[in-house]
Amino acid sequence: MTIADTIPAGTARAGRDPVTPGKAARRRRGLVAWLFALPFVLIFGVFMLMPLISSFAMSFTDFKSSDVQDPFAVNFVGLDQYAALFTNPQFRKSMINTGIVVFAGIPLTMAAGLALAVALNSGITRLRTVFRVGFYTPVVTSIVAVAVVWRFILQPDGLLNTMLGWIGVSGPDWLNSTSLALPSLIVMTAWRNMGTLMVIFLAGLQTVPQEVHEAAMVDGATPGQRFRQITLPMLRPTLLLGAVLLSVAYLQFFEESFVMTKGGPLDSTLSVSYFTYNQFGFGKYGFASAASYLLFAAIALLSLAQFRALRSRD
Amino acid sequence: MTVIHHPRRAARGRAWIYGALIVAVTATLLPFAWMLLGSFKTQGELLRDPNGWIPRAPTLDNYTRWFADLGVEQYFLTSTVVAVVTVLGNLLFCSMIGYALAKMDFPGKRLLFLLVMVTLMVPGVVTFVPLFVMVSKLGLVNTYPALILPYLASPLGVFLMRQFMLGIPDSLLEAARIDGAGESRIFARIVLPLCVPPLATLAILTFLTSWNNFLWPLVAAQSQDRYTLPVALALFSQGQNATDYGLLLAGSVLVIAPIVALFVFLQRFFIQGVASTGIK
Repeated sequence: MTIADTIPAGTARAGRDPVTPGKAARRRRGLVAWLFALPFVLIFGVFMLMPLISSFAMSFTDFKSSDVQDPFAVNFVGLDQYAALFTNPQFRKSMINTGIVVFAGIPLTMAAGLALAVALNSGITRLRTVFRVGFYTPVVTSIVAVAVVWRFILQPDGLLNTMLGWIGVSGPDWLNSTSLALPSLIVMTAWRNMGTLMVIFLAGLQTVPQEVHEAAMVDGATPGQRFRQITLPMLRPTLLLGAVLLSVAYLQFFEESFVMTKGGPLDSTLSVSYFTYNQFGFGKYGFASAASYLLFAAIALLSLAQFRALRSRD
Repeated sequence: MTVIHHPRRAARGRAWIYGALIVAVTATLLPFAWMLLGSFKTQGELLRDPNGWIPRAPTLDNYTRWFADLGVEQYFLTSTVVAVVTVLGNLLFCSMIGYALAKMDFPGKRLLFLLVMVTLMVPGVVTFVPLFVMVSKLGLVNTYPALILPYLASPLGVFLMRQFMLGIPDSLLEAARIDGAGESRIFARIVLPLCVPPLATLAILTFLTSWNNFLWPLVAAQSQDRYTLPVALALFSQGQNATDYGLLLAGSVLVIAPIVALFVFLQRFFIQGVASTGIK
């Protein structure tokens, strides 16, 4: 999967007599190859490329739901909708909220995932599978379903506040507070995603050679020193990758607030995706497209960062 | 002076790690335990004592209501049909183009692969608006094709299959070509049987994504007969049933249970899948 990657597929055949596969034979081979690619290309073209392009085009028009049957009523408005987005207080709020999810959620999730991975990699042998399965279970579950459950857990008289009550703390109404609702959702999101990072970090940790640790131990390095001086630097590409994967996911934050808070209270959990969905619901398709393209731009930048990070690792 | 290998200290350290991990894994799974136990309680018990654990008078009422009053069979059927067809489509189409990209030369190959890579990260929220316009023009709103077609072949699947197929030795395929086998025969008889590991990964990832998918089914399904399970649960949780705890907890169990069952049986493949697609 890695070495073969660097060898172009055609190299193996290049050494052969160039005369035998004639032009016609090569044409035929090309045709066969395209036939193999055809089903994917059709689906991909119609359901991915076309919407991607028309979404871009729509973002410069005032396309509304009523225009679906009458495309001639659509007007070109240039950058007006992008300008309108940046002056729209609700959209600005949604950008800030999405930013908070990304910049607070990522360190939180990564710290949890790293702690779990290091603990599981510390030479324990028993119950390893139980731990791995346990921490990974939230990842495979539907966000909608866990959000329904967490909504009940976070109620004023819910499970969390009852447990806080045991230690004498009277918990607040988490989801109805403009300052606590978003942090609550972020903690839930971190809980749901830490398993993914645990798996990725575990794989990364296994690439750190044991000899390096042993050499450092002989030199008298404490576990803390070894973690900071050996593990973290060698894990850097994996950490970076984890951060990028998470940010792509967290930029699309939607289901959590859709189920738990409906974007409230007072838009305090409204994300860019949710804003886009709402504009779509109001029938403002062009406006929604502009909002989604800004989100896409952010994600594209991060994907670029990921490709760079991956390339620097090879 | 630090002692390097101190067995007693190491054992004590391990005990701490075990303790911390057991506490952490319990806390992680607590919401699921509470959900499962709560789904067997009556609404009265949930209101009187919202945080009790063991149901005093266990009842299946919440589940029977999903089946008798809310027609959950239909949502199950829709989710299952969508997921199964999506998986089959991805297995076939992604391995076909994966074979072409990995083992054949053709004009446009590099551009095609570049497009696949570029769209690897495109989120559903960017395409759902024009997709909905297209689907409504075609009169497909609220149909299976609308739910399935956009996901029938994924860039991630193409990437996965191509990467694996690059590792298949060319000599194996050349030998078959010299014996006069056509490409489709080589693909079906030699390449596919070798590709069981990535096909398993792709099947699991696709099923998981499809089962939990939310935004597009929410937009494309406009009446109850085409709701998928998560859409049905989300909409019920906001409507008149918003405070019907027992019903919603049972609904969450119904959405989660099939995936968790699959996960527990196939956990090795799930985790390998994430490791191989996450790290690439």
